[in-house]
Amino acid sequence: MANNGPLLSVRDLAVVFRHHDGETRAVEGVSFDINPGETVALVGESGSGKSVTALSVLKLLPYPAASHPSGSIRFKGQELLHLPEHKIRRVRGNDITIVFQEPMTSLNPLHTIGQQIAEILELHGGVTGPAARDRAVELLTAVGIPDAQGRLGSYPHQLSGGQRQRVMIAMALANEPDLLIADEPTTALDVTVQAQILTLIKDLQARLGMAILFITHDLGIVRKIAQRVCVMKAGRIVEQGDAATVFAQPQHPYTRALVDALPKPDPAPPMPQAPVVVKTDDLKVWFPVRRGFLRRTVGHIKAVDGVSVAVRKGETLGVVGESGSGKTTLGLALLRLIASDGPIVFMGHGLQGLTFREMRRYRRDMQIVFQDPYGSLSPRMSVADIVEEGLWVHHPTVPPAEREGRVIRALVEVGLEPETRFRYPHEFSGGQRQRISLARALVLEPSFIVLDEPTSALDMIIQSQMVDLLRGLQKRRELTYLFISHDLRVVAALASRVVVMRHGKVVEEGPAAELFKQPKTEYTRALFAAAFDLESAGEGVVAQ
Amino acid sequence: MDATTRTSAETAVVATPRPRVAGIKLSALNARRWQNFKANRRGYWSFILFMLLFVISLFAEFIANDKPFLVEYDGRYYFPALVTYPETTFGGEFETAADYRDPYVQKLITEKGGSMLWPPIRYSYDTHNLDLPTPAPSPPTWLLTEAQCQPVAERKGVKGCAGLEWNWLGTDDQGRDVLARLIYGFRISVLFGLTLTVVSSLVGVAAGAVQGYFGGWTDLLFQRFIEIWTSIPSLYLLLIISSVLVPGFFVLLAILLLFSWVSLVGLVRAEFLRGRNFEYIQAARALGVGNLTIIFRHLLPNAMVATMTFLPFILSSSVMTLTALDFLGFGLPPGSPSLGELLSQGKANVQAPWLGLTGFFAVAIMLSLLIFIGEAVRDAFDPRKTFR
Repeated sequence: MANNGPLLSVRDLAVVFRHHDGETRAVEGVSFDINPGETVALVGESGSGKSVTALSVLKLLPYPAASHPSGSIRFKGQELLHLPEHKIRRVRGNDITIVFQEPMTSLNPLHTIGQQIAEILELHGGVTGPAARDRAVELLTAVGIPDAQGRLGSYPHQLSGGQRQRVMIAMALANEPDLLIADEPTTALDVTVQAQILTLIKDLQARLGMAILFITHDLGIVRKIAQRVCVMKAGRIVEQGDAATVFAQPQHPYTRALVDALPKPDPAPPMPQAPVVVKTDDLKVWFPVRRGFLRRTVGHIKAVDGVSVAVRKGETLGVVGESGSGKTTLGLALLRLIASDGPIVFMGHGLQGLTFREMRRYRRDMQIVFQDPYGSLSPRMSVADIVEEGLWVHHPTVPPAEREGRVIRALVEVGLEPETRFRYPHEFSGGQRQRISLARALVLEPSFIVLDEPTSALDMIIQSQMVDLLRGLQKRRELTYLFISHDLRVVAALASRVVVMRHGKVVEEGPAAELFKQPKTEYTRALFAAAFDLESAGEGVVAQ
Repeated sequence: MDATTRTSAETAVVATPRPRVAGIKLSALNARRWQNFKANRRGYWSFILFMLLFVISLFAEFIANDKPFLVEYDGRYYFPALVTYPETTFGGEFETAADYRDPYVQKLITEKGGSMLWPPIRYSYDTHNLDLPTPAPSPPTWLLTEAQCQPVAERKGVKGCAGLEWNWLGTDDQGRDVLARLIYGFRISVLFGLTLTVVSSLVGVAAGAVQGYFGGWTDLLFQRFIEIWTSIPSLYLLLIISSVLVPGFFVLLAILLLFSWVSLVGLVRAEFLRGRNFEYIQAARALGVGNLTIIFRHLLPNAMVATMTFLPFILSSSVMTLTALDFLGFGLPPGSPSLGELLSQGKANVQAPWLGLTGFFAVAIMLSLLIFIGEAVRDAFDPRKTFR
């Protein structure tokens, strides 16, 4: 090992992707160093080239479609960029390992986790048989999997998302690498689990003394974990330096925008006197579990189990909780998009038991915006067709010119050009698509909108723009929101009152200001600590 | 609020119209698909060649016919290819339709200073060549020796083989021109295949859509029904039915339809099962859009991709089925031009290889073209094909 030099040294790296109508320069002139035992964070929005940079270190890009016109990547003094495939394979998984974002697809569903860890050990260390088994147990214990011995025979689907990510980390650590590349390892996880994984990575780094290249779009994580930070935008590093300095005195305008991107808390005040828009009492959504030959119902999955909420006009009710807590199901049930039990009262009218046709006249007033900006717009319809659809259903007699006018008004209101209506969803970025979804809901001039994690798939800067947009619309149109999210910072920015859900039940509720200041239950406290300070809670309070 | 309304009113006036390409509204997606289709050179040229052959065969009456398409007689014009005229029109004796190949009728017309414009091949699929130089099946005229042509040529008053009305691909065992039968046979095969493909896709897509969209008991019962239905040995049933009913074009179509519609059901059902959980379907439900609209506007376009990919292959298998039935003698009624019948004649007359070879190459080339087109269509609809 070159003793004093950096562990990894990237100089003037460029990455070009060739496709059938030209070339895209994904990364250009990127230079940075990682010293042994150090954590360097690559920060930037999606498409800024941070993952591409990290993948080129291990030559994992789709060559020959990708190429490097210039640059050098030196690891312990050895040039990696032009190393032949059989030699780079010895580096991968041995000296440099990688943990990916998606724990659902990174593990092979057909092999037990024991087999998958043993494979790594055999490939790189030549360890087999009982020795490999012992080492696997040791690794799983190290990453905090309880009952590691018993877990060896488990298949990936039997583990939770957080546990899967722990297994991925165990596999990455199997050969005690000098450098761990973590490519958004916590983005797909719940806040509570995210905090645990971050703590784990920090602990392991302290114990094993490895360097980490941490890729993320979340500045909170960077603050928590990284010593140095490189801010990337459009394929270039616009600013790099000591993490504390960069955050305290950002030099580049983009970095400043990024640091300021945290949505400002300015929620609509709670309105205890305003009329109730939506109210439900002891709402239940139970999915039957059927077993055996006669498909008898042996039990129920209680997605929503006796929830009572009321949303008043002009206010935003934030619904928070981990994934699987039933918050999305609650939103869908309130709009009667899934069957439920218990009264739902909308503007004084009971909705339960109405037929599809009878429901239609209420649908105009209650709309929904979904989480996934890529899945919620039909790829085969133009933006005009998408936004117009509700008008066809609810105002079929409106003349075409008037209809077009309304579509344009809705698009303008969400901050899109009127010309966008001739284009198709795939031409838009995630944030723009989310605006289109919002326009589709707004064109009917509803009074109540369920927002199902509308910001969680978006980059930080776009997120805070979206929050501002939602807030502006609420003020202008006196809208009532049910805001579902696991991202507490966004909820804090928008919600007048908050409901905390866990296992289908309401754990705690109250005005947002009070709740955020003084959470009453231990669960809420753990949730808040994880979200705002990335602190993991003690055993047993939150899911593993 | 006021400001927004005003700006949007202004922008509405200057709003550009929906972009169009060559008069046809081609979405970016379809334009890309067309590019991908063209990028598969083999499939693209197969498509052009096949369409050329098909369009030409649609005008078979003007290419191979035993009636001229224009007759000038006594200063007036007649169109025998389209209208049937009695012999008396041209001064003949009988009220029956004029046989323009009959030297007597030809003489009547030319005597009055009239003339006839013949198609390039003067035989229709059912014209028996009565002036064969050799016993039927007679080889292609260009394979005959002058000695063989001599008697016929003398009788017709022309010089040698070159003066005869040529049978480019010889005749079958009833003295009918093979090329004429090939052209008509190709047309009927493709038309039959197309009709069967379209109708069975319509039925199959509808059935699959209902199953996939509604799911539950509808799906379960329908699936069991299809399993039982497909386990019926269809060939035997076809043989039995075609021996009871007189097998015409439409009867055959109906019989084959009974079994061919199931091929797409599973595919469309799976697409719908997948598609109905998409968030934009949920969004449409939240807008209060009805089931039928959701099926047609949102789900069907998705399912159509898979369906379109399959169509050329269904077309080729439909053509193959018809050919097979004709070959076995259970297909189109006797006398109809058909490739299967040509093949079976080739089998019965091994001493006349032009029958078997023509039939073989016609079927082989047609099916190969369809398969190549199918591959190109599959490429065109492949979403991963964008980044190569």
